[in-house]
Amino acid sequence: MEKAMKRYMPIFVLPTLCAFILGFVIPFVMGVGLSFCEFTTVTDARFVGLSNYVRAFQDTVFRHSFWYTALFAVVSLVVINVFAFALALALTQKMRGTNIFRTIFFMPNLIGGIVLGYIWQLIFTGVLEKYNTALGLNEWYGFAGLIILVSWQQIGYMMIIYIAGLQSIPGDVMEAAQIDGATRLRRLFLVTIPMMMPSITICMFLSVTNGFKLFDQNLSLTAGEPSKMSEMMALNIFNTFYGRTGWEGVGQAKAVIFFVIVVGIGLIQLRLTRSKEVQQ
Amino acid sequence: MKWKNKVSVVGTGIFTLLGIAYIMPILIVLMNSFKKKVYINKEPFVLPTEKTWNGLENYLTAIDKYELLSSVGWTVFITVGSVLVILLCTSMCAWYITRVQGRFTRGLYLLCVFSMVVPFQMVMFTLSLVADRTRLNTPWGIIIIYLGFGAGLAVFMFCGFVKSIPLEIEEAALMDGCTPLRTFFSVVLPIMKPTYISVGILETMWIWNDFLLPYLVLDLNKYKTISIAIQYMKGSYGRVDMGAVMAALIIAVIPVIIFYLSCQKHIIKGVAAGAVKG
Repeated sequence: MEKAMKRYMPIFVLPTLCAFILGFVIPFVMGVGLSFCEFTTVTDARFVGLSNYVRAFQDTVFRHSFWYTALFAVVSLVVINVFAFALALALTQKMRGTNIFRTIFFMPNLIGGIVLGYIWQLIFTGVLEKYNTALGLNEWYGFAGLIILVSWQQIGYMMIIYIAGLQSIPGDVMEAAQIDGATRLRRLFLVTIPMMMPSITICMFLSVTNGFKLFDQNLSLTAGEPSKMSEMMALNIFNTFYGRTGWEGVGQAKAVIFFVIVVGIGLIQLRLTRSKEVQQ
Repeated sequence: MKWKNKVSVVGTGIFTLLGIAYIMPILIVLMNSFKKKVYINKEPFVLPTEKTWNGLENYLTAIDKYELLSSVGWTVFITVGSVLVILLCTSMCAWYITRVQGRFTRGLYLLCVFSMVVPFQMVMFTLSLVADRTRLNTPWGIIIIYLGFGAGLAVFMFCGFVKSIPLEIEEAALMDGCTPLRTFFSVVLPIMKPTYISVGILETMWIWNDFLLPYLVLDLNKYKTISIAIQYMKGSYGRVDMGAVMAALIIAVIPVIIFYLSCQKHIIKGVAAGAVKG
């Protein structure tokens, strides 16, 4: 069978392979290489060693954006997962209309980041106006606004994953706990949550990486106002590339740092899920 | 038993209120899209009155002045085109690399998995250069970029499914004299239908809403997607026409809601499948 198939390799693999090389491999390799160069257009690239990285780490706005993003990722992780888990628990009870409610809570997830940002900008501006202030005046207004926005967007998504997890808990385990006289609360903490650990790890890491990669919403809701204080890492990298000439190399170095952080989080997740699988 | 019934009724009541509150932001935008532009920022939470009512004027401005319908058209074209190309090419690729074992296919698979974790910012600058240089900065060309950048997730999900298909079926087809192409299209493809739907939905959601990739790749003087068009309306210096922006937001949301309501079950299933694997 393999022999017969190998002759067809060009038809099966080549289209994807070519596009993949063009759309991913070349940009990625070039990106890593250019992070060690100074350039404005690739043709005038000049090797400068680690100086781009040094400049990136010296950039106070970039360092601020890192802490701002990290804090954002942690806070959004907690808020999204607590609410999503609670909703999933409530909507798996015997109740009329659970399907309609699930549909409603999931819906914002399908709307794009730019559109979401402007929908909420209207609302936050309207509310803050009553107190004679505005979204762009304080970085923590922007922070709270972004938290509300991404919660609205992602709670439904995580809820779906939690519901799938809850439905896969075998009924007899629950029944056994019930017969043993475990109260509702004890069942939740001693049976449901331990059985749900795989879903919980997935959702936690999804929300952390989403938090780190947030771009569209940040651009449309606050655009970094006031004076780049609500700028998150992805937006900071974008602005370094396209907002400051002579900083393209630094932007690429920041992008590599960003990439390393995101991959690091992914590796931790892989470790954790693997170790969980062994225990079960 | 009676007590339980009461709890469930109260629960339904609470969740009805919660559900209405949840879609409120969209309703508020909808309401404001019918107001005259000067009244929108001032009092966004008040229903339109006779004085502030603007009928469909905002929608007409958005369509005439900002050419929103052509943006919708390009977005549909790019999304549908890319998703179809991705589904066809990556499923064929995935079948080949799972069935033919070797250093090359193994390496390609790992590279695909690796590409899934790379954030877009890492490649955005160089990707836009490559797209410019190879003249892929059109809605037709961007399909190839999407195939390349979206291949990782799609190949990964298809590979996961191909592994679960028993080899005997395909062997029987080949034994009966089918070429690998025929085997793929008349045996493997029908079996993989659920995965096609899941992958298709995930990629549709991504490409439809994507802002940065088309923003950097497309020739913006000629082609804009909806997200780009809205960003242009808001980001342009000078007066922002809030009425037109509200109308544009609604025009952007409507196709999504129609899509969602018409294949809701598949979407939720696809999301659950994608999350567990990704």
